[in-house]
Amino acid sequence: MLQGKQSWRFDSPPVILGYASVVGPEEGKGPLKNEFDLIHEDMRLGQKSWELAEQQFLEQAITRAVEKSGIDQNAVNVYVGGDLMNQITSTSFVARTVGLPYLGVFGACSTSMESLAVAAQLISSGAAHYAIAGTCSHNCTAEKQFRYPTEYGSQKPPTAQFTVTGGGASVLGASGSGPRIKGATIGKIVDMGIKDPFNMGAAMAPAAVDTITRHLQDFQLEPSYYDLIITGDLAEIGHSLARDLFAENQVPIDQTVFSDCGLLIFDREKQQVQAGGSGCGCCATVTYGHLLNRMNRGELKRILVVATGALLSPLSYQQGESIPCIAHAVAIEAEGGGN
Amino acid sequence: MANNKKKTTPTQANYQQLAKAKEPPRRIVRNCILAFLVGGLICTFGELLRKLFQEWGFTEKTAGDPTVAVLILLSCILTGLGVYDKFAQWAGAGTSVPVTGFANSMCSAAMEHRSEGLVYGVGGNMFKVAGAVIVFGTVAAFFIGILHGLFA
Repeated sequence: MLQGKQSWRFDSPPVILGYASVVGPEEGKGPLKNEFDLIHEDMRLGQKSWELAEQQFLEQAITRAVEKSGIDQNAVNVYVGGDLMNQITSTSFVARTVGLPYLGVFGACSTSMESLAVAAQLISSGAAHYAIAGTCSHNCTAEKQFRYPTEYGSQKPPTAQFTVTGGGASVLGASGSGPRIKGATIGKIVDMGIKDPFNMGAAMAPAAVDTITRHLQDFQLEPSYYDLIITGDLAEIGHSLARDLFAENQVPIDQTVFSDCGLLIFDREKQQVQAGGSGCGCCATVTYGHLLNRMNRGELKRILVVATGALLSPLSYQQGESIPCIAHAVAIEAEGGGN
Repeated sequence: MANNKKKTTPTQANYQQLAKAKEPPRRIVRNCILAFLVGGLICTFGELLRKLFQEWGFTEKTAGDPTVAVLILLSCILTGLGVYDKFAQWAGAGTSVPVTGFANSMCSAAMEHRSEGLVYGVGGNMFKVAGAVIVFGTVAAFFIGILHGLFA
């Protein structure tokens, strides 16, 4: 059901039956190390390319999520996913192995919540009984495609972010036990003219603020309705800018805990990640690990996850274009978490 | 975006100003000092090698070649071991300006694209980063050469 201008309300909320996250070594050294299903010490996973390794992270996350859901994989009706690689090859190649009807979506790092929102909508509308939403990213494939060769010795500015290596997936069903997806807000492109690909947090912050503000308006809620409003990968600079923008727009974000997955996943004091984490895998592994675990432990009742994406390509920024950004929000509530 | 992307709206300008103010300043003094020390150390090490090769029978002119070769080899080994980029994040220009930085740029690109095969991958991408240095280095040398010919 359309709610307000750009939000979806799920009257029979889809249930997250199973979820899993599989990460690489750097994430495994971070503060959330106990929240992941699997930590790999080898970035390459014995594969002959970084790209194949990235697919492995996603494939393993999907396998785990399906196992944990207790659903037979063949009973799943649709798989929705995407990633950062050109032509979203990582996800499509995994979809080839998974062998399910597949919808590829792209929203850069916002893909994690974009895919979850689409999968939830498909279930809620009756187009699917069971659906999988899953995304991934790999530090080395992202470096290779968007920046320099991974072993190239260039000094990164303090505004740069570190792409998370990992895959996260969830299995949704029309009924069952688990956290529920109550609604989603589809973001619109916000471009404030930032051109620096080494400062994506700053580029994405206005998009996150726009989507969150719109979500609260569409559902007529105060930020305090949620125990946690968390963005995908704004990292240090973007997060601080988002707070400033909320203050400017007089949105009382301090009513709730306002956080960012890119800040949680790494210890920025000890790890060489500059401003924090980024990538499709950042929001996906934190959500399909830490956040849903916390819900299941009863620590969180209602959360709003707002995945942020910078929709640039290496070509577009070399041609001097600014960075169009987007954010998609998904509202998740613990079982019996309220109305 | 309704407005023309070339024109910055006041809202965009305000935000860009705010974003600029949030950027942590680059530690220029620290970076310069480290670059000076590390770059200097690499060059001193090169000088040491050169003297060593002179001891081993090379002349002052010919000793330069094996010296550069050894520095390139060491840089490539460190790149292959995955150490060079970590060191470079700390040392900055200190590791990228000397010949070791040039070797690193070629070696890292070759390694990165090995998965796409020897010809299109390694061959086609090896100069991805270094290419610009060679092109503009040659162009600069051409003009300096002309100036040198005119005035010297």
